[in-house]
Amino acid sequence: MIQVEHLSKRYARHLAVNDISFSVEKGDIVGFLGPNGAGKTTTMRVLTCFLPPSDGKATVAGFDVFEQPLEVKKRIGYLPETPPLYPEMDVQDYLTFIARLKNVPARDIKGRVEHVIERCAVADVKTRLISKLSRGYRQRVGLAQAIIHNPDVLILDEPTSGLDPKQITETRDLIKSLSGEHTIILSTHILPEVEAICRKVIIIVRGKLIATDSVERLKSRGVQQSVQVQVSTGMQDGAGMVRERLAQVPGVRTVTEKSTSDDKLTFEVEGLSDGAPRADIARAVVQSGWNLLELKSTTQSLEEVYLQLTGAGLTAETATGGAQ
Amino acid sequence: MRNIWTICRREMYAYFVSPIAWVLMTIFALFCGFFAWFASAEFLLESQRAMMSGQSFPMNINEQVIAWIFSNIAIVALLVVPLISMRLFAEEKRQGTIELLATSPVRDYQIVIGKWLAAFLMFASLLLILAIDYSFLFAYGNPDWKPVATGFLGALLQGGCLLALGTFLSALTKNQIVAGAIGFGLGLLLWLLSWATAFGNSPTVQVLNYLSIVSHLDSFSRGVIDSKDIVYYLSMIFLGLFLTTRSLESLRWRA
Repeated sequence: MIQVEHLSKRYARHLAVNDISFSVEKGDIVGFLGPNGAGKTTTMRVLTCFLPPSDGKATVAGFDVFEQPLEVKKRIGYLPETPPLYPEMDVQDYLTFIARLKNVPARDIKGRVEHVIERCAVADVKTRLISKLSRGYRQRVGLAQAIIHNPDVLILDEPTSGLDPKQITETRDLIKSLSGEHTIILSTHILPEVEAICRKVIIIVRGKLIATDSVERLKSRGVQQSVQVQVSTGMQDGAGMVRERLAQVPGVRTVTEKSTSDDKLTFEVEGLSDGAPRADIARAVVQSGWNLLELKSTTQSLEEVYLQLTGAGLTAETATGGAQ
Repeated sequence: MRNIWTICRREMYAYFVSPIAWVLMTIFALFCGFFAWFASAEFLLESQRAMMSGQSFPMNINEQVIAWIFSNIAIVALLVVPLISMRLFAEEKRQGTIELLATSPVRDYQIVIGKWLAAFLMFASLLLILAIDYSFLFAYGNPDWKPVATGFLGALLQGGCLLALGTFLSALTKNQIVAGAIGFGLGLLLWLLSWATAFGNSPTVQVLNYLSIVSHLDSFSRGVIDSKDIVYYLSMIFLGLFLTTRSLESLRWRA
């Protein structure tokens, strides 16, 4: 649905997006993740034909954003970071205007307006002036605006920023419910959001793409499933014996001693990709007559993966910067 | 065409739902009323004086009342027009709604023409108030209607031309006050250019005078439609809208 190839966008002095490529399949819901100023908004603006790319190319539904912007615009619903609302209009009039602007056929306009009012739960404020709406309602009117012409692709720039927790949950549910009908790209710097809504993640840092993968695969990516074991042996110098015993457990690859305080020995046990055999470890410890104090699995959260990746991205950047 | 009309309708909505239209119409109504009253009072006074002195001066209501009002309204229009045009793009840029227009399936020139057309209709509705004042002249006297019609045509063209330039200025900035202030300045400059005639009739003076926006209005209020004036106004409108479209395009490359 969306193809981005070697896309770069340069502002006067500053390279906002640096040679990124990715593709989004029809029906996907993709999270665009990165710290503030990473180039998420710029990429989205290129996809919506608001900004031309400096280099590379991007196509939406088979149409090039630079060569055939009108065709692309017809197929895209876009919610910028601040919803583009006219404060002097009421909700219904505003949506009617948007429907006309997006070339919805005249006879369908009334139906579409009613449909999106229903869909985005703004029926109770439909005759209210937009200037009088709360932040949450504005966001929903913004979403209604984006889906009114039933676009193939929805591009949402930080759709939950500035909302309170209840509104965030509501907006996420709304976005999730839209995913059946549209291909969705949403940008965010909030991780749980990606975990909650998206199936796929694209991480960019300082304009560079550093990861694009499904949420599940990214979580397990390059990360050993490991188990932390805390044992008390009641003997002096039990550490070596424990390590040996643990290493004999089938499926265990490495055993590292982490800390030893008083009588508590802590080991990090890394196993095979499908998880260290916790039951076997527990049995081995107990059968050896030691006390098993703690046994916990330490899979990395997406957050850690993200921090690790963005951290790596940053250091790589500074390294090349230093070399220049 | 449908897109232009969509944009135009929203702009009209913005004028008439916000106080802008009503405030401008009130101010304009006060000025028009005052001019109409002043001109007709003076006309009456002069005709009384003529009767008392027994001499008969040629009196002409078209020239002494209607043309005079038109020439004053032209100056008021110079000041009012920037107030109409300054918000057109500056407000969209400040609100961020320009991103909505730029990512909708409409072409830049359609946005520009739609907005200008709305401003033009707004200006036309101001002139409608003047038509009410004139209707009294027709009710109690018998002025020739043709110079009135051409006078309105001239006023509309002058307004349209200033609005086109104002639209361009509005597309250059986020700040309405800046767009408005430069609009005032440009309007006054275009008016003052006609003063160049005080320095003889050299080719430079002729060019400056031709460029002046008010010098083209005189013939209209005298009932004359001169193609050189029409060409002047239409080409200024085209220039203004063309520059606006280019400026809108350049936004994307600069942003």
